[in-house]
Amino acid sequence: MANGTIAGQHPEEVSFYEYDGKRKGIMGWLLTLDHKRIGILYLIAMLGFFAVAVSMGVLMRLEMLTTGETIMKPQTYNSIFTLHGVIMIFLFIIPGIPAVFGNFLLPIQIGAKDVIFPRLNLLSWYLYIIGGLLAIISLFTGGGIMDTGWTFYVPYSIRTTTNVSLSVFAAFVLGFSSILTGLNFITTIHRMRCPGMTFFRMPLFVWGLYSTAWIQVLATPIVGITLVLVILERFFGIGVFDPNKGGDPLLYQHLFWIYSHPAVYIMILPAMGVVSDIIATFTKKDIFGYVPIALSSLAIAFVGYLVWGHHMFTSGISDTSRVIFSFLTFLVAIPTGVKVFNWVASLYKGSIDMRAPMLYVMAFIIVFSIGGLTGLVLGTLDTDIHLTDTYFVVAHFHYVMFGGMGLLFFASLHYWYPKMFGRMYNEKMAKFSCWVFVIGFNVLYFPMFIMGYLGMPRRYYDYLPEFAPYHIVATVGSWIMVLGMIFMFANLIRGLYNGPRATENPWDGTTLEWKVPSPPPLENFDKIPTVHYGPYHRDWEDDRNEVVKEKH
Amino acid sequence: MKRDSDAHVANAHGHTGDHSGGHVHRDDIGSKMGIWLFLFTELLLFGGMFILYAAYRFIYPDDFKSAALELDPVLGAVNTIVLLTSSLTVVLAIVALQKKNIKLCMTNLWITQFCGVIFLVNKYFEWTHKIHLGIYPKGPALEEMTQGQTVFFGLYYVMTGLHGLHVIVGMAFIGFIMYFIKKNYITYNNYQKLENSGLYWHLVDVIWIFLFPLFYLIH
Repeated sequence: MANGTIAGQHPEEVSFYEYDGKRKGIMGWLLTLDHKRIGILYLIAMLGFFAVAVSMGVLMRLEMLTTGETIMKPQTYNSIFTLHGVIMIFLFIIPGIPAVFGNFLLPIQIGAKDVIFPRLNLLSWYLYIIGGLLAIISLFTGGGIMDTGWTFYVPYSIRTTTNVSLSVFAAFVLGFSSILTGLNFITTIHRMRCPGMTFFRMPLFVWGLYSTAWIQVLATPIVGITLVLVILERFFGIGVFDPNKGGDPLLYQHLFWIYSHPAVYIMILPAMGVVSDIIATFTKKDIFGYVPIALSSLAIAFVGYLVWGHHMFTSGISDTSRVIFSFLTFLVAIPTGVKVFNWVASLYKGSIDMRAPMLYVMAFIIVFSIGGLTGLVLGTLDTDIHLTDTYFVVAHFHYVMFGGMGLLFFASLHYWYPKMFGRMYNEKMAKFSCWVFVIGFNVLYFPMFIMGYLGMPRRYYDYLPEFAPYHIVATVGSWIMVLGMIFMFANLIRGLYNGPRATENPWDGTTLEWKVPSPPPLENFDKIPTVHYGPYHRDWEDDRNEVVKEKH
Repeated sequence: MKRDSDAHVANAHGHTGDHSGGHVHRDDIGSKMGIWLFLFTELLLFGGMFILYAAYRFIYPDDFKSAALELDPVLGAVNTIVLLTSSLTVVLAIVALQKKNIKLCMTNLWITQFCGVIFLVNKYFEWTHKIHLGIYPKGPALEEMTQGQTVFFGLYYVMTGLHGLHVIVGMAFIGFIMYFIKKNYITYNNYQKLENSGLYWHLVDVIWIFLFPLFYLIH
């Protein structure tokens, strides 16, 4: 793709921010069909929800600073950890990268003017907002804030008097939004690639989005129907999950995790695609093992379907199924390992440019490896019996979710910031805030591994005095981490107003988005490009290969 | 494949330069692909319930047998025939439109709508009869029944209810399509929307074909 002739910068062409269609001002945004504007709309909404959920996390840590009551009552604590989970998972981590960066970049990266169903795309955003609003309304109506944890396990969720029905319905609506986005992306990738853009010339971010989209389409409906059944159970008492009436609560857990485990890969696969793109750009060479990385995304998506039982090792399912689920869980580590090794191999003999996005990616590889390896500890049957429902699990999923998807959301924000906003941020500050964030992150979550191993159960309001040192360290860590995020967002917001203008290709990237102006014009390309090489091709590598051939 | 090449001609002048409706272009294959993906999601939605049915049938085989005796296979069979006929008329409508016979197309779609109504009316009488007998969640007769039978009727109401909802949605889709045909937005060389709503209608049909034996026929 290094043939630079595809879309020149035309001074008369205005960016999608300035272009006024039929509607001007706010309505030009709220009724837009432009994938880039929709991406920005998601970004704004999502950062709002993220900020709320982070504050709740900080409050939880503050409560755990001392034994007994610190700042809130037990019932409030239950509600807060439930909300923290629900908002983070359904409103930030699951839709995060596909909805914001997928929307903004997928069409550009495959050389298209937009996604294939722009109206459906806007509908997805509205469903997302409606889902978010319903979740907020549920806080102030009904019998109080939901206190079931984000998994809504029956039978408690059908008995509690708190406002479960509305929150669960919010999750259902958000699922609908997610399905429509996935459906849109799959069809776009199949139908809208520009000439020469074969499947194996797509950037790896697109591969990540493609695998994710399949999971969104094929797994989300199951949780949809399960949540509807919970609502029906609460209103009509149909008996499907109620043990008093002959229902089996374990079946709820099965159906819930049939979706919610693959959802873990919805969270991480697009993020892993981001890693590949960033590494290829900042090592100035082609990615090592393009095809294995692309196919490992599909492999993770596929195997990820078959491992939901590992959430239920202590629920009383049969030993045979536990052994099988444990085995399948280990299998996921193989395609994940393929990715990690290929990334590290890509660094070898690369001309590494440690800019802020790359720094975030390096932090991700280390933090995510810790999270992944402790996942194996939990996937092993006998250690899981000891560690299940302890802080070890909490630490594990924060390392893989927040350290995985969260860090890479920040990496993407820094990597595509010039493209999305046409400005540059302060590089030194970005790196500094990355360091503060990562240090705070580890101070916050690493002690949780230790106290979990020592037996501190999760979701408990109070704890024994011997756990106090770990809790104090973790709470201090939460302050450092939030400080890092404040630095980061302050720097990014400052860049919007005061940053120098970004050029078309500030990082020397090779994928198509770096061949259009920053920010891109309304229809991305003057003329639909034609692609002749793989996504990370650089001309000098041709010369090198020639030399190698001559030598041999 | 003729249609596909037509669609590409339409793409060529897609630039209208407008945020609100700009780069919407016609791609029949893409549109069909989208609806098939959507049908997958519908299958999985019902798939979750079929898993529940299978699991509970395994747990309570005898209760499921005795509870199924309460349902009237004749009513179910009538509804099956009605739905199958309506699927046929949708297909006939597409063929009629391809042959530019708009009147015949509309007649067939009206028959489809009519069949949908018959199905729903039939279902209404079936449900009200059950409710009259006290067989409904928390109802007096159902409270007397065993746990397996309670679960059976719980599933019966949820699955046929959700299916009925899909019948209504399908009828609404076809209603919009009929309006579009009347307004000439859907024509003999641009009928993908009609075909898509037809596919959705077939899905509603297929799901019923599984619901019917599971609830009415297996004793």
